[in-house]
Amino acid sequence: MAHSIIVENLSKQYRIGELHRETTLSETLIHTLTQLFKRKRKETIWALKDVSFKINAGEVLGIIGRNGSGKSTVLKVLAKITYPTSGTTKVLGRVASLLEVGTGFHEELTGRENIYLNGSILGMTKRETDAKLDEIIDFSGVEKFVDTPIKRYSSGMRLRLGFAVAAHLDTEVLLVDEILAVGDAEFQKKCLKTMGNLSGTGRTVLFVSHNMEAIKNLCQRVIWIDNGKVRQDGEPREVIKDYMSSFIGMHQPAHGFAHITNRGGNGDIRYNRIEFLSSDKQPLKAAYSGNSFVARLYYYAEKQIPSPHFGLELFTELGTKITSFNTWTSGFEVPFLPPGNGYIDLEVESLNISAGRYYISLWIASSGNLWYDRLEQCAVLDVEPSDFYKSGREIKRQHTHLFGIVLFPCKWNLKGESPK
Amino acid sequence: MKSEYLLELWRYRELFYFLVWRNLKVRYKQTILGASWAIIQPVFTMIVFTLFFGRLAKIPSDGIPYPVFSYCALLPWTYFSTTLTQSGNSLVGNKNLITKIYFPRVTIPASYALSGLLDLGLASVVLLGMMAYYQIQISWGLLLLPFLVLLLVLLVLGVGMIFSSLNVRYRDIKYCLPFIIQIWLFITPVIYPTSFLPERFRILIAFNPTCGIIEAFRASLLPTRDVDWHLLGISVLMTLLIFTSGILYFRKTEKDFADII
Repeated sequence: MAHSIIVENLSKQYRIGELHRETTLSETLIHTLTQLFKRKRKETIWALKDVSFKINAGEVLGIIGRNGSGKSTVLKVLAKITYPTSGTTKVLGRVASLLEVGTGFHEELTGRENIYLNGSILGMTKRETDAKLDEIIDFSGVEKFVDTPIKRYSSGMRLRLGFAVAAHLDTEVLLVDEILAVGDAEFQKKCLKTMGNLSGTGRTVLFVSHNMEAIKNLCQRVIWIDNGKVRQDGEPREVIKDYMSSFIGMHQPAHGFAHITNRGGNGDIRYNRIEFLSSDKQPLKAAYSGNSFVARLYYYAEKQIPSPHFGLELFTELGTKITSFNTWTSGFEVPFLPPGNGYIDLEVESLNISAGRYYISLWIASSGNLWYDRLEQCAVLDVEPSDFYKSGREIKRQHTHLFGIVLFPCKWNLKGESPK
Repeated sequence: MKSEYLLELWRYRELFYFLVWRNLKVRYKQTILGASWAIIQPVFTMIVFTLFFGRLAKIPSDGIPYPVFSYCALLPWTYFSTTLTQSGNSLVGNKNLITKIYFPRVTIPASYALSGLLDLGLASVVLLGMMAYYQIQISWGLLLLPFLVLLLVLLVLGVGMIFSSLNVRYRDIKYCLPFIIQIWLFITPVIYPTSFLPERFRILIAFNPTCGIIEAFRASLLPTRDVDWHLLGISVLMTLLIFTSGILYFRKTEKDFADII
């Protein structure tokens, strides 16, 4: 099969501090002067190092990786926005890059005018836009406001308009970066549907995302970029599983969080570790489907925290969020938390999930939308099979795909009318 | 390489057209006076210049009524200074485009060089009225005008490319650009005629390309003045020099724009 994208030994070096910093002449002068008297410091990082891969024409490929792993840099190099330090890239056919929805939108221009502007920025000719204008307007769902300057638009309307233009691109190669991270659920669904329609149309799509669910559903192949290198390249489920489990490998031992560096939040209060207990608060050897269990979350508060909310999210091995246990939806109010160490227990009456490996994310937030701490996939919960329905039939791990992830306690009743 | 680049510019001509169109569209949005600003600016400058430099300071204007004398120079000068300010800040102002999409970067400063011409055209209408009022005849020299405008576009593009790309790395440009333009006005014969200067300064000032271009503007519009071909010749050479260095510098630096902007 013909290749559509060929990347060979691609490396990209950034000078540290070069990214998004405003330099002024005086700073450069001072810097140059101090450099004269100092020994040269090493101040470069490799955002990408020796990345090679080939993509077949018509393939939909996903790129995953942690924040700052270099996955967006790959896209930017392919889109010719930034230049590689070494190595070569080759893209065959017309390319459109979609690094953001509504690139180049101008506040003062109307929706219609912005469709033309954005279209031409994304590489559509005026004739193409003319031909598709009605479709685009229809798709965007902002017909009524199409002659209003977009500064009067809500952010949702802007997104829909931008996406409507993007959805009507028909280049051979499409580079898409994390556009699903924005917008409401409805918008995301629309995006996914449109993206889904792309596969099988013979177009080559490169799709960067944190949304494992989307990657799994859309892509035929996944590349995992870690620290600027290709860590794995292959079948989506395999790569995603390994990627998800890599979070844990890093954060062991014993579910302590001390060495996690890329955690979010302002740090006024931090989780120390997590412990799994049985309902009588004894250490838990194994969690079973349908059994009760307790997650004990240890924290340390720097200062007094007014009305904090705690959350624990449960993800499948493929990154689908199953549930979010949190004090906010549960209505459990903590007026204030004194500074120092402590723990909070989450008691789950029945673990209604089938056997398998699950990942846990933790957060602490204020009721005013301020993050104190955020830990992505920081712990693992292995759930062992059990006889959940008391039928003598254990639902085994390898049968999860048959019987599903969630188990509901239920009963069956049959009422048959026997023929007379 | 060179022809490849030109080919690419050609391929992106529609985007260039849309950028020019955008600049024009948004230029006077949400203003009460709209496009009349294109006229108000040079006209009021002309009035102020006439009062202070013509009447009070009694700066000679070689026998031409001072308002006409200064307005003939203010037309190209206003285009030059306004466009230079815009194109100098253009890359930084279009940061979102540069970091998100590929296209030949030069289309950004170039789009401002082109869209500024509309203002120049609008402001020129006033000149016609003034010439009628002072009963100044139009001469064949007018045929030189398109060439002079082209020269001015090349010059502003050259300087604009240098400043805009410097601005990407050093934001100092944003602050010193207005200052540079102010100084530039004083070393350009807008307020005064070149003949006002002592001989030894006249040679020096000839190296300022706006000098020859603006004097030629006057000469082509006013029948009583002759084109100083030597002066214009130097200006043409300087313009080509600046334009070429602008392109070379821009091409050399544009690869890093997205990384450092």
